[in-house]
Amino acid sequence: MAVLTIRDALNQALREEIIRDENVFVMGEEVAEYDGAYKVTRGLWKEFGDKRVVDTPITELGFAGVGVGAAMAGLRPVVEFMTWNFSILAADQIINHAAKMLYMSGGQFKVPIVFRGPNGSAYQVSSQHSQALEAFYSNFPGLKVVMPSTAADAKGLLKSSIRDDNPVLFLEQERMYGNKGEVPDDEDFTIPLGVADVKREGTDCTIVARSMTVPLALQAADRLQEEFDVSVEVIDPRTIKPLDVETIVSSVKKTNRLVIAEESHYFASVGAEISHTIMEHAFDYLDAPVKRISTAEAPNPYAKNLEALALPDVDKIIAAVKEVCYL
Amino acid sequence: MYITSYLYYNVALTQNIGNWPVKVRRNFILARTATSRKTEAITKNGSGNGVKKAASKTEETNGSSDFAIVELAKAEYLKRRKSQLESIKKTDKRLLREMLYQMVLGRRFEEKCAEVYRMGKIGGFCHLYIGQEAIGVGSMMALEPNDMVITSYRDHVQAMIKGITPEAVMAELYGKEGGCVKGKGGSMHMFSKELEFYGGHGIVGGQIGVGTGMAYAAKYKGTGQVALCFFGEAAVNQGIFHESLNMAQLWKLPCIYICENNQYGMGTSQERAMSTRNIAKKAEAFEMANEFVDGMDVMAVRDATIRAIERARKDGSPTLLEVRAYRFMGHSMSDPGNYRTRDEIKKYQERDPIVLFQDSLKESKVLTDKDFQKIEAEAAEAVERAVKFADESPFPQESELFTDVYA
Repeated sequence: MAVLTIRDALNQALREEIIRDENVFVMGEEVAEYDGAYKVTRGLWKEFGDKRVVDTPITELGFAGVGVGAAMAGLRPVVEFMTWNFSILAADQIINHAAKMLYMSGGQFKVPIVFRGPNGSAYQVSSQHSQALEAFYSNFPGLKVVMPSTAADAKGLLKSSIRDDNPVLFLEQERMYGNKGEVPDDEDFTIPLGVADVKREGTDCTIVARSMTVPLALQAADRLQEEFDVSVEVIDPRTIKPLDVETIVSSVKKTNRLVIAEESHYFASVGAEISHTIMEHAFDYLDAPVKRISTAEAPNPYAKNLEALALPDVDKIIAAVKEVCYL
Repeated sequence: MYITSYLYYNVALTQNIGNWPVKVRRNFILARTATSRKTEAITKNGSGNGVKKAASKTEETNGSSDFAIVELAKAEYLKRRKSQLESIKKTDKRLLREMLYQMVLGRRFEEKCAEVYRMGKIGGFCHLYIGQEAIGVGSMMALEPNDMVITSYRDHVQAMIKGITPEAVMAELYGKEGGCVKGKGGSMHMFSKELEFYGGHGIVGGQIGVGTGMAYAAKYKGTGQVALCFFGEAAVNQGIFHESLNMAQLWKLPCIYICENNQYGMGTSQERAMSTRNIAKKAEAFEMANEFVDGMDVMAVRDATIRAIERARKDGSPTLLEVRAYRFMGHSMSDPGNYRTRDEIKKYQERDPIVLFQDSLKESKVLTDKDFQKIEAEAAEAVERAVKFADESPFPQESELFTDVYA
């Protein structure tokens, strides 16, 4: 086991998959000579050259299209969006083309492509650079949506995503690139898509968190145990689509309470979907209404105090758990 | 290799009101419409809505810009005639026959589609290729079998040229199990992986990015394939066109972009939607090779495509071909056609690509009237077989709803 940052774990995954499969290549803005806007692709261009690590013009729709066509013709592109905010320019290629190609072609054309990059807020980058887009993309059959929260998950899930024959949207978080964690050394270490991870076991309340809210939920769980003697179970679905419903449902059946913490906006979020899923599968087990902590229903602001007010934090999660536990 | 015929444009431009402010243009058009009633609109309600045809049919020019365009195309065709007959002489006779057969088959197939569409056998949208056959046949039949093709939603005929059987295309139109994509795509989405046919696509311009990626893969893997990417002239106004051509030229991707300029984006004429009529020249913004081609002359399309293929195979250079044709039918089967006149359509039909090709083949003594009759009979038989197959093919199993969502 090596201790790596999420950034370096992703870098390792890319490097190993480039070596493993000659059809894997990385493309995106500043991924090559510049070493990546967030240094996820650091050193790869020097090691593998122009063919495997490709700088693109700033032309999101265009290079997403190139990726889709190349994947249909047998390559395995890993396309980086400098941030997922810019993927909105490429949404036509992701949603209208990548997601539907296999179906429209009656099962003939697979699109084995990974779109990856940081999703959600960074530090005071204001409205157009702070969006969490997983709910938007999760609405479309044909796409898989992955959101790692630890270094090991980042590596294992990215490798699985690259090997997957479907279009996979791999959503990272800029605030978390420097977070460290233990990562298995094995080059064949992968984590299957669609399997949740219980990040902390507990008996009184379940928190379902993903990406940035996982470390927040774990801190909240520590304080709730310490300050209120509440035992919290933290579940990270890791893959939003397909969603591991079973793990979440069996946890709620045990704890009878559910709080969902997420970075996207409140309305029509993935949390709303999970909440509905629990109503369908575990309604009789609930001892309190499901509570959701999300980003405020406003474009993300620049001012430090307003940004903090808008985003989920440890205190908000603690308050939500207390509420469902009637404390 | 930067051959562009400016002659067409210049004549069109003498009467071009496209650069005028919208309000001025509308007033001009309305005034003209009131005074010039020489031509009868297909329906009565389309005359005031900024329709360019009404404006162009002015008394002083003794005809429309369409009239001038067609007459000029005829003149240019005559000038080219010698070299056209030369190319016919150089081409294998069996191939020439097959080219004519594919054009006739395409025509008869699409006519049958219109017929069965009206009977309710085909649902949804149905875009016909009638009038544009020379483009698909001229370009695609210059390819090697393993070259890749991608196109827009007007894809039935191109699918057949690539080798998908008329049966599988018609069954797909019927939404039947025997369709080339099992009834999941319909009119706009014909595909065949085996035949390197990367589909018909329903988002205007979307396939330009995908086609560029196909060429990217060919270059990456060093297969020597080229990608042929078709789109209509309206797609040129989409961002993806410019983004894709930039990358193709920057990275030297073996992609041949074929703009099928049928002069109407749905019901909006090119001159009402584009600041210039000259599409081929847009490639020069990317320093890309380009040609303007007469889309009614199948040999001209073939020769231009062969030149583009040579460039692509030599060093991966892409090409933009603007191939001007004319859509004899509406945008789709649900098009009322009130934006143009019968006279305009008739004028273009004087240059029917099938008739032009037949004349040349006859003059070159490649085929005779008897051969033409035989080809007609073969095509009619193939279309009948396709309809029979489609009729008899079952609807897809209900379980098919959830197959092919994920690999």
